[in-house]
Parts: sequence; structure tokens; C-alpha cells
Amino acid sequence: MAFTNDEVLAGLAELITDETGIAAEEVALEKSFTDDLDIDSISMMTIVVNAEEKFGVTIPDDEVKNLKTVGDAVTYITSNQA
Amino acid sequence: MSTTRIVVTGIGASSPIGGTAPESWSALLGGASGAHTLQHPWVEEYQLPVTFAAEAMVRPDTVLERPVAKRLDPASQLAMVAALEAWADAGSPDVEPERLGVDFATGIGGVWTLLDAWDTLREKGPRRVMPMTVPMLMPNAAAGNLSLHFNARAYARTVASACASSTESIVNAVEHIRAGYADIVIAGGTESAIHPITLAAFASMQALSKRNDTPETASRPGSIDRDGFVMGEGAGVLILESEEHAKARGAKIYASVVGGGVTADSYHITANDPEGRGASRAVRMALEMADASPDDVTHINAHATSTPVGDPNEYQALLNVFGDRVREIPVSATKASTGHLLGGTGALEAIFAVLAVRDRVAPPTINITEQDPEVPFRLSGQPQPLGAGDQLAISNSFGFGGHNAVAAFRSV
Repeated sequence: MAFTNDEVLAGLAELITDETGIAAEEVALEKSFTDDLDIDSISMMTIVVNAEEKFGVTIPDDEVKNLKTVGDAVTYITSNQA
Repeated sequence: MSTTRIVVTGIGASSPIGGTAPESWSALLGGASGAHTLQHPWVEEYQLPVTFAAEAMVRPDTVLERPVAKRLDPASQLAMVAALEAWADAGSPDVEPERLGVDFATGIGGVWTLLDAWDTLREKGPRRVMPMTVPMLMPNAAAGNLSLHFNARAYARTVASACASSTESIVNAVEHIRAGYADIVIAGGTESAIHPITLAAFASMQALSKRNDTPETASRPGSIDRDGFVMGEGAGVLILESEEHAKARGAKIYASVVGGGVTADSYHITANDPEGRGASRAVRMALEMADASPDDVTHINAHATSTPVGDPNEYQALLNVFGDRVREIPVSATKASTGHLLGGTGALEAIFAVLAVRDRVAPPTINITEQDPEVPFRLSGQPQPLGAGDQLAISNSFGFGGHNAVAAFRSV
């Protein structure tokens, strides 16, 4: 079962809200995790670990630093689904 | 050491008998019990020999915002809830961050976080072990998070001396303020360790009451038929402040903390010295710092856990200091109502001692069917009036490892 971009965005928004309290509607593709959403490295890793389970993907540690924006993460997850 | 007077300007608690300090105090005066049969599936799953405990009345994650709660072990959540209450109660003091400290205690630390992570590792592998695991389970998590939240930069220390921990934190805080390193210290302790492992382990050492059919009457310190302590959960926090600082800002003052004593038994890793020498020395140290004599003491909040050997040992220790007058001093053994909060217990009982000297009443000790002649403290199932004059109370805490800590509070 493949997730669409919209489903991944909505799912990520849920994880981000749960971790940080940021409202889901604030989570948009162009938002930077660090500069716009103020997410620290521990929260980022928590979101990554939860996203791996939610979407059934593997996001290698080396890849995480390339995920600057929410859009980067959505693209990575949708294109690496099993 | 200077003679700076230290006062209590705020209190907060999340305990088995109340979600706040005033609610806990009122429930205590009313003779409440916080013990109940545990409703968790793991009680039956592991066939635990003890099926009850005194859990915190209000789950702290229902009080804190989820992103805050999520980053804290339940022990730190309870600490945060109690500290927020105490800080607000103190009037949210305006204090330089470099003059604000944290002195906090736990007996065990983040036991739930550690064991949940172990379950996750075994079930799902290392990738699912959350990045916040270490900062949540570390014993200094509560101190660190309180420092962060309240912008406390003077110092943030953690005491771990088992069941003596949070009384020792209070004594540390007093010494720190007296030494001139801080104007205000957020002092207290917390514990959230009602877990199948701790219940199994304490039961294995025959330390817990096994009155599974009547949990609310299981904790009965001083009673001849006591059979062990009842596991409790919760946190207590006191805002301790130099009198000068408190008066300058017009703060409400509950009582003054006039003395503290900390000693070690070097006798046995779990048993108290039956002659109570270390405990007696701690009481004498506290009175000496208070510039008081044993005759001045008007109330004692005893450690009194309801174990067969602990209660008479404490009596012996106090007999050493007070002589026969010990039988005339109104004593409260409040673990009868709250159970034993381990690292949180000293702070909660300090709050009760502070309110006892303020309200001039010794809270009741429930569940005594017949008082043990080996523990002839002046205990009562009803509140005992302390009279109109000046009050001096001591609160005792003793811990595995041979730790003894005593704090002394005077009415204002």
C-alpha cells in the first residue's frame, strides 16, 4: 500500500504536533524543520523514528541531515516506500 | 556559616491523597487513605504477591501540555506539576537566574522510561528506542528540567539517598542559601516507581504489606499488627528563600526552616541501626543548627514506614534524644495515609510539618488497631492540637544505604 503525498504530509503533521505541540496547519511543504518550526535534533530524530514505523520506510541517519524541509521529508518517504 | 534565616514561601504536591498541597493536607486531616487495588493488567499477568499501592491521585500527564509531558518520565512529570504549583504559590518570584537554585531528589529515577525502552528494544529493535530515552531516565532529569523551566542557574543538584533523599535535598538547599550561593531554591523530591519490578522486588525482601484485601488500612505505622510499607507515588516541592529576600518582596511566609542534619549509619545496607545512633545524631544536628534544645520540639513527623523493625528503631533513636518526653510530643506517621513515596516522601512530609506548625495541629495517623508497646509514640487517629505558642517540628527520613536526614521547621 503506497501513501500519497497528501497522506504523508498529513501523517507527518500529526507526528510533529504530537512531538512539539505545533498546530498541524502550520506544517506545510515549504517549512524548514529548524528555521521555521524550531524543531531540535532530538525531536527531529523522534519524528524520524516514528515516521519510519508509520510509513514503513527506512530513513538512514545520513539521510536525515538532507531533510531540510517538510517537503524534503514527504518526497523522501513517498519515493522510498516498499 | 552565616545565620541567614530561611523561610518557606511556596508549597506544591501531587500525592496519593490530593492533586495539590492544600488538597493533600485537607485529605490528611480528614483521615484519608491513598492506597487502592491496582487496576493494571500487569498485576494479574505477573501474579504479583502485592496487588495494591498508593498511586498519585491525579495523573500528571493530564495536567501538563502533551509536548511537555512527552519529554518527561512520570517521575519528572510529577515534579513539574508540584513545582509549578509551589512556584505560583510563592507568587512567581522575580529573582535573578544566577540566584535561583534547584535541589531535587529521587530514589530510583526514570524507572518507567528505562523499562519501557527495554521492552521496545526487545520487541522492535534498537531503531525504535527513542532519542529522548537517556535524558528522560537519568536520575537528574527532574532537577535539570526544573532548572530549565524556571531559569534556575545558581545550581541544579540531585540527591539520591533512597527514602531519605528529599529531606536531604531540603537540608542541602538550606545550606546553599546560608552559604550565600542562592536567594531561592526549589527543593523537593519525586518518585513514580509503582512498577511490577519494584513491587516484586520490595515484596521479595518482605518489605511490603500484603493486606491485598484491605489496601486502605494496610499502612499502619505504630500499630502492633503492621506488616510492611505501602508503595506510594508522587512529588513534593518547597520554595525555600532567604528571609531577607522574601520580606523584600512581601512574600507570604508559611514557616522557617531552622535546621537540618544528615548522617550515615554504616551499619547495614537496608536495616536501620537498632540503637538508632545515626538517626539520633541527625536529629541533634538539626536542633543544634536551629539553636534549639530537644525540649523545644512540639511536633514530629516520623519516618514510620509501617515495617515491623523500622518503627521501633525510630522510637529508639528519638528516645536517645528526647528521653521519656518523646512519649508526650504529638507525633504523626503520615505514611499511614499516603503510603511511602520513597524519594518524594521527605518533601511531602516536610510540607505536612510546615502546615502543622502553621495550623498548630498534628495530622492524624490512621489505621492503628492497637498501638505497639514497642512504639509508644503519641499517635492519634484524630488531629492533635499543638497549642497556641511557638512551634518547632522535625521531619525524619531514613533510607536504604544507611542514610538519615532530618529537617526542622519553626512557626512564624
